[in-house]
Amino acid sequence: MKTTRWLAAACIALAGVVTASAQDKGLENPRSTTFHKTLEGKKVVFLPLSMGFDLTEGWAAVMRQQAKRLKYSFEIRDPAWSTDAGTKALQSLISEKPDLIVAHNPDIQSYARLLAQAQAAGIKVVQINLESNTQTDSYVGADWTEIGEQAAQAVVDKCSAGKGASTKVAIDTGVPTAASDVFQLDGIYRVLNQHPDIQVVSQQATEYNPEKARSIMDTVLQQHPDLCGAIGIWDNQDTGTASAIQQAGKSAQVFLVTSGGGNKVGCENVEKGLFNLYISYNVPLQGEILNAEIARLLLSDGAAGETKTLYFNPLTQITKANVNQRNCWTLDDLK
Amino acid sequence: MSDATANGYPARAQSLLKTQEGIVLVLAVLAFALFSLLLPSFFSAGNILALVRSVSILGILALGMALVVIARGIDVSMIATMVVSVSWAFVIARSGYSLEFALLIGALFAIGAGLLIGALIAFGDVAPIFATLAAGSVIYGLGRTFFFTLEMQNVPPGAEWFSLIGQGRILGIPVTVVAFALLCLVLHLVLSRTRFGWQIYAMGNNPAAAKIIGIPYRPMVVAQYAISGLIAYGAGLILASSASAINARLFNSTMIYDILLVVVLGGIGLNGGHGKVRNVILGTIFVGVLLNGMTIMNIDYTIQNLVKGVVLLLAIVIDSLVNPRDEQTSQQGDL
Repeated sequence: MKTTRWLAAACIALAGVVTASAQDKGLENPRSTTFHKTLEGKKVVFLPLSMGFDLTEGWAAVMRQQAKRLKYSFEIRDPAWSTDAGTKALQSLISEKPDLIVAHNPDIQSYARLLAQAQAAGIKVVQINLESNTQTDSYVGADWTEIGEQAAQAVVDKCSAGKGASTKVAIDTGVPTAASDVFQLDGIYRVLNQHPDIQVVSQQATEYNPEKARSIMDTVLQQHPDLCGAIGIWDNQDTGTASAIQQAGKSAQVFLVTSGGGNKVGCENVEKGLFNLYISYNVPLQGEILNAEIARLLLSDGAAGETKTLYFNPLTQITKANVNQRNCWTLDDLK
Repeated sequence: MSDATANGYPARAQSLLKTQEGIVLVLAVLAFALFSLLLPSFFSAGNILALVRSVSILGILALGMALVVIARGIDVSMIATMVVSVSWAFVIARSGYSLEFALLIGALFAIGAGLLIGALIAFGDVAPIFATLAAGSVIYGLGRTFFFTLEMQNVPPGAEWFSLIGQGRILGIPVTVVAFALLCLVLHLVLSRTRFGWQIYAMGNNPAAAKIIGIPYRPMVVAQYAISGLIAYGAGLILASSASAINARLFNSTMIYDILLVVVLGGIGLNGGHGKVRNVILGTIFVGVLLNGMTIMNIDYTIQNLVKGVVLLLAIVIDSLVNPRDEQTSQQGDL
């Protein structure tokens, strides 16, 4: 009897030691292993409008970090603002067959067919911030209609009859065929059509050029010294619009709304009082969502183009009251 | 065509409509009168000042281009030199150096780039159009790769005097306009009163003869491109100061064609040897009137470009009718 008891006790003790040693080493998570193994060695290519400006540099920095962490390759094909070079890059990518392309569209038409072809060739496609007419595996970015609506609403609040110096509003667009322009204008007019008292006195394209934006606003202010509001399509160009308003001594009278990625440079202009309202689509946030979509699509067994999703990221309205580190970023923060 | 007839005042007065300069002058006056009648507040002191201010930068760049074109060259690298030297200066200033020091480095870069391009043309016997076209890409590429990551550079904070260049006024006239006027005067004196000016015309009229009669041909070519580089830098500073930022993307814009438009439209033939500062002023004002009128009329961006293109085409046709290519002029330097 005594011996049996001793044996049992020894067995229990041994089992305890074995279990304890198993817990010391931890438990393998099979999902983690699969996650890393599946992503390792995949190939992701980013086709921006052009590198060298806050949005594309920001997204690239965030994407590069994830690629490094998850050991997949990340390449950039920079067409440097040339739609032609972008089209050629896309054509060669279709034959190279990377696992995923992140495309930033110069306009709604140019890449539409090629993106469909890429998916037909088995390449998954995520579009970032500027859509094309083709819906692909995923779109991550701003809802330009929503930006237009928010901008127009802000201007209506300041300039509807009896509120401002007049009910006159000017609109500065960028390149007339870009998604940002066509969808944002739709959003703007959806709101303005409900407020017939608001008068759009000028609507001009600036080619995203601040000096041209400045000249246009100079001329508009000469024609309409009582201008009440202005909507610009991009903070980079609207620095010029804001300078014209400031130099005409009309900063207190003209309410300027712009939008952008929330780079510190744009925020500086809010602090200086050049922009009254800055609608930010938050590049670091977009970068993170983009990364989640890249990982999700690379892990998925589904064929390219099988399911199509999109996510319009939240927008932040930045004014003098909430310019802070959370809303504004520098490239060094992301690297 | 001898110089006496080509530039003689009595001959011009008699047959105003037989010279391109005369035709453009009449067109400019007509456009001005038409806009004054049709557009409310076009003909106001404020608008005229805004008009001249908005094209002054173009005018300043055109003065640099005119100098080179008169000597039978062309400099299509001006925009690259402008955006890279100014952007680099701003980056240096933001990294902790004083703005004055940074601006000096920018100036040295612009002059250096001009000297190298000039040397390439003078000593390497490369056709100016190809040398400057290639040099433009090299300068821009160098800038984007080594000097700055972001295309958009805000004016560095803390230098109030700098904002006066593009935003200040002297006796109610914008500094930009004063700068244009001063530069016109200086270039006029150089071209009409100095040996350097006389040699420029000689080189443009007949390069072979200019070499034979002992004009220091090669150093002169190098000097011209250095001057046009420096003028481009000056224009860039004014542009950045007036819009509170500079966007290197201007390199990809149609600005260089706008400069050529001003030069050719004003009546400075691309085959060199003739043209005066007043041609540049005329061209600048005509382009200014057109752009300002179209902006007030809220004419679409695409149509504005179309109008500019048609006008440039007409000017080139008139140029080739008024200054027909003959054996002498078509030998070299012809585009």
